Amino acid sequence: MATTPFSTQLDQIFVLLRDWLVGYLPAAYRPAAGAVLGVLGIISVFPALFALTTVFERKGLGRMQNRFGPNRVGPYGFFQPVADGIKALIKEDVIPFRADGVVHFVAPIVLLVTVFMGFAVLPVGRNMVLADMDSGLLFFFAMGAATELSVFMAGWSSRNKYSLLGAMRGIAQMISYEVVLLLSAVSIVMIGGSLSLSKIVEAQNSYTGIFPHWYVFTPWGLAGFLMFGVAATAETNRCPFDLPEGESEIVAGYFTEYSGFKFAIFFIGEYLAMFSLSGMATTLFLGGWSAPLSILNFIPSWIWFFGKVMIFIFVFIWVRGTLPRLRQDQLMNFAWKFVLPLSLVNLIVTALWRFMGEGWLRWVVSTAILAAFYVLVGRASFRRKNIGLRSYRYAE
Amino acid sequence: MLGEGILKGLAETAKNFFGSYVSKERLTTVQYPEERIPTVENARVFPFLVYDGPDWEAGLRCVSCQICEKECPPKCIFIEKSKDKKPDFVGKMQFYPVRFDIDTSVCMSCQICVEVCPFDAIRMNTGFELATGDRFGGLLLDRKHLAHSNEYYHSIHPTEAAEVDARRAEEKAAAEAKAKAAAEAAAAKAAAAPAAAPAPTKQPAEGGS
Repeated sequence: MATTPFSTQLDQIFVLLRDWLVGYLPAAYRPAAGAVLGVLGIISVFPALFALTTVFERKGLGRMQNRFGPNRVGPYGFFQPVADGIKALIKEDVIPFRADGVVHFVAPIVLLVTVFMGFAVLPVGRNMVLADMDSGLLFFFAMGAATELSVFMAGWSSRNKYSLLGAMRGIAQMISYEVVLLLSAVSIVMIGGSLSLSKIVEAQNSYTGIFPHWYVFTPWGLAGFLMFGVAATAETNRCPFDLPEGESEIVAGYFTEYSGFKFAIFFIGEYLAMFSLSGMATTLFLGGWSAPLSILNFIPSWIWFFGKVMIFIFVFIWVRGTLPRLRQDQLMNFAWKFVLPLSLVNLIVTALWRFMGEGWLRWVVSTAILAAFYVLVGRASFRRKNIGLRSYRYAE
Repeated sequence: MLGEGILKGLAETAKNFFGSYVSKERLTTVQYPEERIPTVENARVFPFLVYDGPDWEAGLRCVSCQICEKECPPKCIFIEKSKDKKPDFVGKMQFYPVRFDIDTSVCMSCQICVEVCPFDAIRMNTGFELATGDRFGGLLLDRKHLAHSNEYYHSIHPTEAAEVDARRAEEKAAAEAKAKAAAEAAAAKAAAAPAAAPAPTKQPAEGGS
């Protein structure tokens, strides 16, 4: 309603810019050139966001621990990523003597490529999606699963015990949480009836009064959202699930033997995976690029998308500043004994929601089922075990 | 309930995060090159030589007795004694060091030189920024680099310096009193001398021969 032609223009500024640039070419080359421009956009915007995030993360973590964080390079230390980048570029690239050179070299590239592929289907704004696939969700998770390949390639080819241990931990963790990630996304597909991400966003882009119809504002959506968040944290190896690269135990995990810019690529890949999963969570549960209140629709859609992603990133940093690392068995128990059953229950709840029709009853029923499951299973499986003093049977 | 602890933890970190922007007490970091904590009085890094008055070369308290050189466990002190003498603070003629080098790469900051010095000439410095690009010459401090004024000594170790000053003033007063008494005695002697002069001068001469 508040959409003026100018705000529409601002909303579509990148689309218009692309069309204007492509307009100089003969018609036959236009689709390809448009795709290249879109790829360039993704390749430039998200790494820039990564650079910003690293400095924000370090400063934010510092503040959470009551210290300043980096504040030496440039105003308030905001040029720190530039210094880090130069450092990474001019460092020596060491390849271990016994390493499998080819695989060792290819692993970071595979990671970066697969992570970037995931961005292709993310709608970052109204009409702003590089490849509007009908099965975008499936493609996204396929690409997300392919990053595991790079983890194992890196860990195996380095011929280093720490790398291998890190890779094994990483694979175990990623596969466990991949299941949860997918199952919590499936409920969206059950309700929306589409695997296309732009259709999923469109389905949420309607308002009751001024409030939006985001899936997170339903009981199953909230549960799915929280599980998706937990699984995304594990999937991106962020604290408290950072066992694959636990510095205190296995040096740096699967990228122990990487130095210089290859290390930087792993680092970038990890943050980009964080962005893409945050973007996916935004798309699935937080209405993608739609405004949180209908009266705020005059603000361009891409600002909303990136704003929501940055909030997600802040929560990631916040959690990292708060929680200590889990133990491997705690990690696995949490995945298989709690989050996975909860996500299965969530599927049933979603089905109930779908077939119970409009009305208050479905709110009560689905909230009750989820809350009861959460409390009961949570209490049963995470009860503090009173082990008591250690008794010795033979040594007295 | 499950997750309560996580929420509590998140609240705590959020409190820290926003609190660090509001209250200055939370940020205890001292941003070193710009801000510094004043050094503690009893801090010690490497020794320095104290001098009195405006001229460091003339005012050096060191009389080149070489006790510190001998006592130094890692043998990092090198002293070259002067050939001539000059008066010290009480007016007594003393040697002075022509060279006084301390190799700070060898020194272990044990403070033994300070303990043994009978002239309060060597004291521990608190300056710690001794990084240098020249690891041989840059770490071998000669007496020009080692010399610091008594005022500087007062600024880094006020209590100790005050004690030393009081003792030295006492010594000086005693020395002056002694000199005065000696002068008076000499004057009295000189006054009494003409009368009893021949006898004492002759006696030893006779006994010696």
